[in-house]
Amino acid sequence: MIEGLIKLLAFQVAGEAIVFLLAVPIPGAVVGMALLFLYLVVRGREDPGLDTFTTAFLRHLSLLFVPAAVGIVAHLDRIADEWAAIAVALLASTITAIAATAATLRWLKR
Amino acid sequence: MSSVVSVFQYLGGLPVTWLLTTLIAYRLALAVHQRCGNSAWLHPVAVATLLLVALLLLTGVDYATYFEGGRYIHMLLGPATVALAVPLYHQLARLRRDWAVLLAGALIGSALAVMVAMILAGWLGASRPTLVAMAAKSVTMPIALGLTEKLDGVVSLTSALVMLTGILGGALTQPLLGLMRIREAHVIGFTLGVVAHGIGTARALQGGQEMGAFAGLAMGLAGLLTALLLPICLRLAGFA
Repeated sequence: MIEGLIKLLAFQVAGEAIVFLLAVPIPGAVVGMALLFLYLVVRGREDPGLDTFTTAFLRHLSLLFVPAAVGIVAHLDRIADEWAAIAVALLASTITAIAATAATLRWLKR
Repeated sequence: MSSVVSVFQYLGGLPVTWLLTTLIAYRLALAVHQRCGNSAWLHPVAVATLLLVALLLLTGVDYATYFEGGRYIHMLLGPATVALAVPLYHQLARLRRDWAVLLAGALIGSALAVMVAMILAGWLGASRPTLVAMAAKSVTMPIALGLTEKLDGVVSLTSALVMLTGILGGALTQPLLGLMRIREAHVIGFTLGVVAHGIGTARALQGGQEMGAFAGLAMGLAGLLTALLLPICLRLAGFA
């Protein structure tokens, strides 16, 4: 378990270093994710220690979103002011994206 | 009596209290979700958030005080993002075979989600933090929050919109694809992953392994593409 956590954090720190050195506006953890993916591809097989830890860790991914989402409490005024724009943009963009993604897959697959 | 009040006041200022409260709220939300037949509209993140927001409003504790405890959970989003590489790697065989189709689907779906949301919200007079949140809302939470920080947006606003997008996409995908007469599990799963990220992936897993695997793959691809391309596109568009 400790090994899995060390690997995840090490890849994140490596990602943060690359983002800092290249001065690109990409989250360091995303670069860390790409690095870990490359590590697994180069390695050519699963990493059992990492697998066990990430499966358990990602099972409760939803929990990790909660503290940030509670921050909505500090923006109730903004939401009250902009609810119409937010509601229209969310609904329209979600429906467009659903139709476009499915249509692309289907069209290209035949 | 007054000593009871002062104990609660004391506890309300301790980070560990809010760490505990967050875990309890999440546990309750999981129970509610299960009790209501895993309804797409009662996602645990939404229910837990509502419970905690209600508690903060009732007790008058501000978000900064809450976050002193919440930050210990929040911090784990970084390693969780890195961990997404593992399920992505499990789909390597599929990725090698169909990479062009899947890449095109994730790219077109994500790009349209961002463009339609930003253009409509901008046209309806939304403020800059709302626009940043609209740009980041369609991808998985850890990536969306990382992007928001990079774009000087408001993290908590983005997280609320990410959550709403996930719930909306998770609930609308299957009915809408039904109208389009699309019933293939891999297309439904992939669409859920692109439009509704982690919440959609959880939803897809209820539809079986194939649907779930494609959703996880789509979430990873869409998140990675958006994280890599969005900051550059917004800079070129003169927004960031």
